[in-house]
Amino acid sequence: MPTTSEPTRPATTRVRVVLADAIRRAGTAHLDRTHVELAEQTRVGDALVRGLVRAQLALAVRLALVVGIGLGGLPLLFAVAPPVGQAKVLGVSLPWLLLGVLAYPFLVVVGWAYVHLAERNEADFTAVVQRDER
Amino acid sequence: MSPYTLPAIVAVTLATVVIGVYGLRLARTTSDFLVASRMVSPTWNAAAIGGEYLSAASFLGVAGLILKHGVDVLWYPVGFAAGYLALLLFVAAPLRRSGAFTLPDFCEARLRSRRLRKLATAFVVFIGWLYLVPQLQGAGLTLATVTGAPYGLGALLVFAVVTANVALGGMRSITFVQAFQYWLKLTALAVPAIFLVLAWQAADRPAVTPPQGLVFTHPTTVVVEHAARLTAPDGSTVDVRAGEALTFAAGDPVPRVSTVDIDDGLDWLLPGEANGERNLFATYSLMLATFLGTMGLPHVLVRFYTNPDGRAARRTTLVVLGLVGLFYLFPTLYGVLGRIYAPQLLMTGETDAVVLLLPGAALGGGTLGQLLGSLVAAGAFAAFLSSSSGLLTSVAGVLSTDVGRGSVRDFRVAAVLGGILPLVFALRISGLDVSQVVGLAFAVAASSFCPLLVLGIWWRGLTDVGAAAGVLAGGGAAAGAVLVTVLGPPLHGWAATLVQQPAAWTVPLAFAVMVAVSGLTRRRVPATVGATMLRLHAPDTLRL
Repeated sequence: MPTTSEPTRPATTRVRVVLADAIRRAGTAHLDRTHVELAEQTRVGDALVRGLVRAQLALAVRLALVVGIGLGGLPLLFAVAPPVGQAKVLGVSLPWLLLGVLAYPFLVVVGWAYVHLAERNEADFTAVVQRDER
Repeated sequence: MSPYTLPAIVAVTLATVVIGVYGLRLARTTSDFLVASRMVSPTWNAAAIGGEYLSAASFLGVAGLILKHGVDVLWYPVGFAAGYLALLLFVAAPLRRSGAFTLPDFCEARLRSRRLRKLATAFVVFIGWLYLVPQLQGAGLTLATVTGAPYGLGALLVFAVVTANVALGGMRSITFVQAFQYWLKLTALAVPAIFLVLAWQAADRPAVTPPQGLVFTHPTTVVVEHAARLTAPDGSTVDVRAGEALTFAAGDPVPRVSTVDIDDGLDWLLPGEANGERNLFATYSLMLATFLGTMGLPHVLVRFYTNPDGRAARRTTLVVLGLVGLFYLFPTLYGVLGRIYAPQLLMTGETDAVVLLLPGAALGGGTLGQLLGSLVAAGAFAAFLSSSSGLLTSVAGVLSTDVGRGSVRDFRVAAVLGGILPLVFALRISGLDVSQVVGLAFAVAASSFCPLLVLGIWWRGLTDVGAAAGVLAGGGAAAGAVLVTVLGPPLHGWAATLVQQPAAWTVPLAFAVMVAVSGLTRRRVPATVGATMLRLHAPDTLRL
C-alpha cells in the first residue's frame, strides 16, 4: 500500500494542539494553595510577591548604578582630571575610544547580565511556589 | 547630482509600500492593526524597534553634531542607546505583562483613573508630534540637498507614503517594513563607511585636527548665507556679504565664519572646556534626558505590546540594545571624516548634510562615489519613513482608542488627522535644528512618562492624583521649555542652558511631585494594587 502519511499529517498537528491544551488545562486545574494565595492576595501570597518585586528592583538599581558610575562618572572625570581626557590609546584619543566605541559593548554586557539575573530571580520565585505545590 | 539617487529613493519608497501591502493581506482584526496580534518573534521585533528608533536625528543629525562639536556630543548616541538599557532594567517585562495596548491604557489599568488616561493621551500626542516635525523636515532637506527639489516636496512625499501605509496596513505590516528598514539603514551607513576608511588610508591618513588648522582637500565653492566675518587661521579677517560665493583651491585653509557656532582644534578633540560648569550641567542633563526619555517615547513603547510575553520583551530589548549600539558606531566615523573631506559644511553650518555629501566628497564624482552617495540617501529616506510610521501608528493608536471608539475605521481617520498637523508645521518652519528638537522630545518624555512608568511599576504607593500632578509639573515644565526654545527669544548664559537642556531639573521635579502628592493622597491608592503588582511581576511561566 502506498504511504498514508500525507492525509494523516493534519491529524497529527491537531493532536499536538489538543495535547498542549490539555497540559495547560491540567496545569491550571491543580491550582494549589500557593497559587490561590498569590491570586487572592493572602498575607503569604502578598509577602511572596513583595519579595520578588524587591529582589527585581534591587537588581535593576544595582545595574543602573554600575552604568551610572561607569558612564556617568566620565564627564566628571574628564573635568577633574584633564590628563585622562588627553590620553591616547593606540593613537586614538581616550574619550573618543570610550564614548565612540566601548560604551556600546559595555551597555550590552550589562543588559545581558540583567536578563540572566532577572530570569534567575523569577526561576527562584517559581521554585518556591511550585515546591509548595507538591 | 548623481543619476542613481532618485531611483534609489523611489526604490526604498516602493519597497516600503510593497512590504506594507504584503502585510496588509495578513492584517484582519483590530488586534492585528494595533499590536500585530502580539505574535512577533524577538528577532523580528528587535529589528523593527531598531528600524523605528533610528530616525533622521540618528541617521543625519548625530554625524552632523559630531562634525560641529566633536567629543562632547558623543553623549547623544551613547544616550540614545543607553535609553534601551534603562527600558530593559525598569520597564520592559512588567509593562508587557500589564497587557495594556498603549501608554494611556497602562495608566488606566494601574491607577484606575479616566482623567489620568486623558492626560497621558495628550502627552503621547504632544511627544509624537514634536518628534514627527523634524522627521518631515529632514525629508524635505534631504530631497532638496540631493536632487534640488523644492523643500516641501520631500516632506509631502514622506507624509503621503507613511499615512497611506499606516492607515491601510496598521501595525502588522509596519513590523515587516520597520525590520527591513533597520537593515537597510545599517547597510547604507556601513558599506560607504568601509570605502571611506579605505580612501582615508590610501590618502596616507590625513590628520583630523592638523596643528595648522583644517584645509580644503579639493577645489570648493561656498555660498555664505548671512553677512559674516571670516577669520583665517593666521588671524586675518575678511567681511563677506550675504549670498556671496567664495572659491577655495585645494590646500587653502578653512576660515572660521562668525555666524556659525562650531568647535575647532582642541575644543573639538577634547572633552569639556568652554564654560566649564554650564557645559558639565548640559552634559548631565542630556544624559538624563536620553537615558530616561527612551522609555517614555510612545512609538517605542507601543512595540513592547507586540511581544508574546514578558520574557520575550526582555530578550527583545537586549537584542535592540545590540542592534542600536552597532548602528551608532558609524555616525561617529562620518562626523570625524567630515572634518577632512567636507569642511565647507563648517562654514555654512548645514552639518546635517555631512552623511549625504561625504561619499561624493571623499571618493570623487566617479561611479563608486555616486552609487554610495545614492545608497546613503536611500538609507536616510528609510530613516524618515520608518520613524514617521512608528510615530504616526502610536499617535493614531491613542487618538482612535481614546478619542474615537477604537475601530479600524477610527484608526484610519486618526492616522490621517494625526499626520496633517506636523506636516503643516514642517512646511511652515524650516529652520529648526533636527537633533535639538529630538533631544527636547526626549526631555519631555523623561519628565512625564518615565516617572509615571517607573513609580507605577515599582511603587505601590502611587496614586492617580500624584501621577497627574507629577506629569503636569515635570512634563509641563519640560514642554514649556521646548516651546520657549523653539518659539521664544534667544537666551544667554545659565538661562539658555536651563531651558535648552531642561531634563536635569524637570525629571527630579516630576519624581518629587509624584511621590509627595501620592503621599498626601494615600487614601486614593487603588484597592487592586496588590493584584496589579502580581500581574506585572509574576514570572510568565506561572500563568497566573
